[in-house]
Amino acid sequence: MKRLLTTEEILETIKMVQKDNLDIRTITMGISLRDCGSSDHLEACRKIYEKITTKANKLVKTGDDIAREYGIPIVNKRISVTPIALMAEASSVDHYIEYARALDRAAEAVGVNFIGGFSALVHKGFTAGDEILIKSIPESISATERVCSSINVATSRSGINMDAINLCSRMIKKTAQLTASRDSIGCAKIVIFANVPEDNPFMAGAFHGIGEPDCVINIGVSGPGVVKSAIKKNGNSDLGTLSETIKKIAFKITRMGELVGRTTANRLGVPFGIVDLSLAPTPAVGDSVAEILEEMGLERCGASGSTAALALLNDAVKKGGAMASSYVGGLSGAFIPVSEDAGMIASVLDGALSLEKLEAMTAVCSVGLDMVAVPGDTPVETIAAIIADEAAIGVFNNKTTAVRIIPAAGKDLGDQVEFGGLLGKAPIMDVNRFSAAKFVERGGRIPAPIQSLRN
Amino acid sequence: MLPEENENDIEQRDGSNRIVITVIGPDRVGIIAAVTKVLAEHSVNILDINQTIMQEFFVMVLVADMDKAAVDLLTIKDLLHSKGEELQVRIDAQHEDVFNYMHRI
Repeated sequence: MKRLLTTEEILETIKMVQKDNLDIRTITMGISLRDCGSSDHLEACRKIYEKITTKANKLVKTGDDIAREYGIPIVNKRISVTPIALMAEASSVDHYIEYARALDRAAEAVGVNFIGGFSALVHKGFTAGDEILIKSIPESISATERVCSSINVATSRSGINMDAINLCSRMIKKTAQLTASRDSIGCAKIVIFANVPEDNPFMAGAFHGIGEPDCVINIGVSGPGVVKSAIKKNGNSDLGTLSETIKKIAFKITRMGELVGRTTANRLGVPFGIVDLSLAPTPAVGDSVAEILEEMGLERCGASGSTAALALLNDAVKKGGAMASSYVGGLSGAFIPVSEDAGMIASVLDGALSLEKLEAMTAVCSVGLDMVAVPGDTPVETIAAIIADEAAIGVFNNKTTAVRIIPAAGKDLGDQVEFGGLLGKAPIMDVNRFSAAKFVERGGRIPAPIQSLRN
Repeated sequence: MLPEENENDIEQRDGSNRIVITVIGPDRVGIIAAVTKVLAEHSVNILDINQTIMQEFFVMVLVADMDKAAVDLLTIKDLLHSKGEELQVRIDAQHEDVFNYMHRI
């Protein structure tokens, strides 16, 4: 027999939701579009719309019902699809904007706020379709509301494709210009990855990988506020005890993801994929990863010690979370996006957090340089070099890294970009003014790293 | 710990009908009476009531069975929510699984 629940346990859960912003960040339905290809692109787009609106028809309603029954907010319902480059290549068009429009219409029809998968995997080289897709991104992202794009440019097994990085940085600059009137918001929907996971439920980097089933439910949990609150309650414990505290609370948070994921999958008649253990912040005060680090004892996020504190946090979240779920996947680590985290924004404004420190921190947590705004006149070669640095951290340390950078058109130091909603706002950060142009312009590929002699 | 905690557990639990009702707010006369009246009117059977005062706040946790209920959880939730507004306390109703899943392995 299970012990009956105590009042304290029930109230602890209630407090986590009502006071500390515990929520399920996203239910993401992965849908394969591999059966939607056609030599006629309009026919392919019709099939895409048809398949998404059929499969995800009840996604939002089911998510809303479960949220109310369990009393746990489910912030987003989203969709990820097969990388469009893979299925669009069969058609003879030289621009894929119609595919993006089909995705956008389908997302609107089923009521989801983002759809990910306007993507290509080019870590070793391009096919004709990959190249068309990347070149289609600026117009496609600026002409749609909900479509998100991601490109994988590097893996630990194949190295770093500098040609792809150069192409992507030009594409990012162009997107920034095309969406200049909205603070270059288009760039917030483009992620450049190294070692991309194929089951990531979080936007903007979600797509439905090629090893996935036809349709699947993946869950992204959240809860920085809950972790911060647990640390605060724990007082001045030593670091080992601190890690234990985080593990226990991460377990509880992840159990909610597991419950919601399995229930959703069951009700929709779709296999349950994974729970992504990432601690995802929002711009709301108290829902911040930076504030966790500060609660751990840093005066400001970005101070010396930030990398060590983040490493402890990230590892404890994984250890606790892994015990709570049968299938863990996606990015599974703390996110440190600047614009989406009130504490990170404050740290940048106070001069505590620089781009360089942020880069160091990405070596020990998930994702990478995320939602960083830089001056609009940052040279395309510098953006490429920033992406290459981040890819190198991922490739050489066998982890995922990514760059979501906004070279905000017409903005400079002292300005900020404002996207609203979950994307938040970001102060423009300073970029190293010395050039890496000659290095990145060499092009070609950085070979895959040796897997022994690891120092 | 127990074999019942297997992969199909959720599927079985999704059929279970126990809910947890929590009432939190300033103490006043008649809160329990008002809440239990709503439940009785819709054939929701009360299994356990626990009531305490925490830092001047009235806190009541009530476990109930919806097996013979005349309405579904979401309807009861709405009814209790509006009753709570009337009484100026916060009333929530949640499926019991949330708590079991978080606090029991």
